[in-house]
Amino acid sequence: MLRILNRIRHAGLVTEAPPPVDDGELQRVGTEVKRVLEARYGGSLAIREVDAGSCNGCELEIHALNNPYYDVERFGVHFVASPRHADALLVTGPVSRHMEAALRRTWEATPDPKIVIAAGQCACDGGEFGTSYASCGAVANVLPVDVSIPGCPPAPIELLRGLRAVLQG
Amino acid sequence: MSRFDWLSEYLARLQDEHVLVRRGSATRLAPAHALEIDAEDWGRAGQEAAAFGCRWAGLWADQHGDLFSVFCLLEYGGDYLILCTDTAVATPLLPSHTPYYPAADRLERHLQDMFGIAFGDHPDTRRWTRHQAWPEGRYPLRDDFPVTGDAPRETPPDEEYPFPRAQGAGVYEIPVGPVHAGIIEPGHFRFQAVGEEVLKLEERLGYVHKGIEKIAVGRDPRALARLAGRVSGDSTVAHAWAACQAMERAAGIEPPPRAQALRALLAERERVANHMGDIGAICNDVGFAFALYQFSRLRELWQRRSSELFGHRFMMDVVIPGGVTADLPREAAARLREDHRALRAELRALYDILEDHPSLEDRLLTSGRLTQDTARRLGCLGYVGKASGQGFDVRQASPYPPYDRLPVAVPVFEEGDVAARMRVRMEEILAALDFLDRLLETLPGGDIGCDMPAPEAGAEGIGFVEGWRGEIVTYVRFAGAGQVARFFPRDPSWFNWPALERIVLGNIVPDFPVCNKSVNGSYSGHDL
Ligand code: SF4
Repeated sequence: MLRILNRIRHAGLVTEAPPPVDDGELQRVGTEVKRVLEARYGGSLAIREVDAGSCNGCELEIHALNNPYYDVERFGVHFVASPRHADALLVTGPVSRHMEAALRRTWEATPDPKIVIAAGQCACDGGEFGTSYASCGAVANVLPVDVSIPGCPPAPIELLRGLRAVLQG
Repeated sequence: MSRFDWLSEYLARLQDEHVLVRRGSATRLAPAHALEIDAEDWGRAGQEAAAFGCRWAGLWADQHGDLFSVFCLLEYGGDYLILCTDTAVATPLLPSHTPYYPAADRLERHLQDMFGIAFGDHPDTRRWTRHQAWPEGRYPLRDDFPVTGDAPRETPPDEEYPFPRAQGAGVYEIPVGPVHAGIIEPGHFRFQAVGEEVLKLEERLGYVHKGIEKIAVGRDPRALARLAGRVSGDSTVAHAWAACQAMERAAGIEPPPRAQALRALLAERERVANHMGDIGAICNDVGFAFALYQFSRLRELWQRRSSELFGHRFMMDVVIPGGVTADLPREAAARLREDHRALRAELRALYDILEDHPSLEDRLLTSGRLTQDTARRLGCLGYVGKASGQGFDVRQASPYPPYDRLPVAVPVFEEGDVAARMRVRMEEILAALDFLDRLLETLPGGDIGCDMPAPEAGAEGIGFVEGWRGEIVTYVRFAGAGQVARFFPRDPSWFNWPALERIVLGNIVPDFPVCNKSVNGSYSGHDL
């Protein structure tokens, strides 16, 4: 136990003080997200992530939002297990036709008012996979989308900027 | 032992069974050896291969006018053998390999769904890759099937898939997915349980089928490398490398040594990043969040360095036909070595904790056991195979540059439990760091790429790369004008997913997440 505590102390508080990359932008964007959430959303935003056909690259970056460097929960953003608990759906991938029904059902299970965010190039416009016998292409071809976050995959900071855009919109 | 010294014995056995080998070629699909046989001998050749002890490593088909060419990949002692045969598009029928090789089950069903090839004595002829995006009797990988599909319509859910029903007093079913509770890929799991104990698990995959094999057709080499880098985003480097290897062999070129070395640098960085992520996630699934945060912290730092040096956090699109897009600046080597030193020190401290934490041990040791025999019969790869005594690793068994001059250590364990699968990852990170240091010390100078001439019509090639999940095999054939006619990437997940169905048996339902995470199959890489 002591070793664990030592390890934690040794690693220190890495949040917000990362090497290169975002220099302060993370803090700025995060604080803006938090401010809007407090003013208009009762302080928190519950997101249900749906992989509708992604290559799994986008999921890795969404995961990274929860690592100690980004730690988005501190800004009031958290991921939930059920669409019934969600304010927003964060959808990745081109929508594969085999996921089309599941995505629609997930959307229906999400209480109104709800936000739909298309995350990643594939979700924005079909990306490398486009539209085909197996792919519906962009999420907007299946659901009404409120905001799109391009990038393949979007880096965590880009995801956070996208969240800010939808909240301020 | 010299290469292929076993082949004459296998050929003799085929002869004893009256299997006629029409033609053998050591060059057509080099480094594999190709054997052309008749369709009616397909089953016997498979049966003999199983008796001989070959590993069954893949199956794909390709249409040439009114014939389907079918390829089966076998491996023995690090040598690859490819059985090839033809079957008529009008009446496509082959004997199944599944009775001898359980590993063949899903790939045969994939061919059944995508080409309409029937495998005569296959024990399970239910559809696999097909849900409801195209109707029964239509086959997307046939030439006459348009890439856009037939009339676009809303795709209904796949509700009629014939799962076997649970029977018996006290047996109940738990359906899970396709949308899971966490931030992970979609798939369906159907459990049958008594109390907390899992009696049976049936996987239903195919939800993220994106038509990758079909939309590859007509691409140029550069665009194919981009697509290959998105077969499974967490393995972008390894899949792009395997595709480029296949294309380069088809074009008859070899990238310069510095390009090969840089590819290995990227691939080992990918391995380290993913293994760190998995170790954290496995521990988190048994409630040890400390490890999740520590390993995700290390992973983030690692990815930032990748982004700084190669312009992308996952190093996507850095591997291109003929070489790589980004060179390593001279001064970066020292920085990387310093990274490796620092990471080793961090890992040492963390490994000490993981190895000596009773509550972790309690959950990981003996959980989710995969016996060596099952792992062998299923052809399990990567850390799933290595944790259950199957030490195959392309980098060691059939080394490609630069692994031919820089060997890498391959950890193998026998316990086959969740702890062993985590242990393989821990050891592979250390082995990768050692390899990377040696690679940086001996980094060849020169170009980081060469021109890729348009391969001629009919040129084909095959690539073999050890990704972080295990062996990736990629087949490419070109049509005229340097356009891709056929692309088949075989992710290792094809052989590790079936292992999960065995691994959970007798475990409690709440241990499923950690069992699943210890296998961490790719949905996208499998569903294509
Ligand atoms: S946007 Fe890129 S990373 Fe995301 S799912 Fe598409 S191909 Fe994968």
